[in-house]
Amino acid sequence: MEVVGQLQKQYVDFITSLFREAYLDDQYVQLQKLQDDSNPEFVVEVVSIFFEDSEKLLNDLASSLLVSISLFWVFILCLRPSLLLMVVLFFLLFLFQLYSQQQVVDFKKVDGYVHQFKGSSSSVGAQRVKNACVTLRNFCEEKNLDGCSRYLNLVKQEFYLVKNKLETLLRVSITLW
Amino acid sequence: MVMDQEMGRYPSSSSSSSSSGAPNLHVLAVDDSHVDRKVIEKLLKISCCKVTAVESGKRALQYLGLDGDKSPVEFDGLKVNLIMTDYSMPGMTGYELLKEIKGSSRLREIPVVIMSSENILGRIDRCMEEGAEEFLVKPVQLSDVRRLTDFILQGDEDRQKVGSSKRKLWDVPRSWFTTSCS
Repeated sequence: MEVVGQLQKQYVDFITSLFREAYLDDQYVQLQKLQDDSNPEFVVEVVSIFFEDSEKLLNDLASSLLVSISLFWVFILCLRPSLLLMVVLFFLLFLFQLYSQQQVVDFKKVDGYVHQFKGSSSSVGAQRVKNACVTLRNFCEEKNLDGCSRYLNLVKQEFYLVKNKLETLLRVSITLW
Repeated sequence: MVMDQEMGRYPSSSSSSSSSGAPNLHVLAVDDSHVDRKVIEKLLKISCCKVTAVESGKRALQYLGLDGDKSPVEFDGLKVNLIMTDYSMPGMTGYELLKEIKGSSRLREIPVVIMSSENILGRIDRCMEEGAEEFLVKPVQLSDVRRLTDFILQGDEDRQKVGSSKRKLWDVPRSWFTTSCS
């Protein structure tokens, strides 16, 4: 009994810290309030859907930020040019890639994915993920590829952080109550 | 205008206005986000509504029988009392869905509520002009849903009694709303 009491206190301290450090916001509280006896797994279900959707979104984001110009490389190889020609073409393509990255990435598509991610993270109360998405959207609007790539890493980081914490939280709450 | 997200306080009064138990509203929820569909479904169920959740405007129109394939007669048993749709969806946006519904003589009386994570005034105005009942900023709260369902239930009663003309949700003072599930 003593042990359970201590664990419960640890749980409360843990969840309090998550709110204090803005991993979670009030929307998570709202989700907890919606859970009742008719659906005691509600929060777990919503959060699981969020995790699943987010993994897919992160993959989509990563691939949409890849410069699709790489197809040209394949095309050149298929032409089977002489070695010298190939070197020249690769070099030219490399330069072209450097200067035209902004035009090749479909920022509108990237923005669409980020908008979705922002929405779902907002709906579960994952505040830091949501905020990172907001900044990432700004980079999309500016068509800043470098900023987008950097911030995507941050979004990913924040997501895995909150995922880890939520998994711990939900696992503990299920055993304790 | 836009409803904010304060939690209203509702006296747990008995629904003296309705006769033998309040009728259950059937709400059609449209949202491409799986997470949001799950949440809105729960919000509506807690508010004693029957919910049908679909993931696109196209599916919503199919359900409502507006895709031209089904005759209206088949849908009497599935009468929808309220449509809640997300604004930003791939393919058909919530705004386009709203226009389709309001453009149909059979369905235009169904109140349509737009939900959006973005609080853009031009967007809100456009939706209201097209006939939306309400524009909710996401994440949608239980108080928003309760206000909506109360308003529609009361509206139905009034229409049955005196055939009153339609009024918009935000014209009604919030203190007017009570809620109970039975």
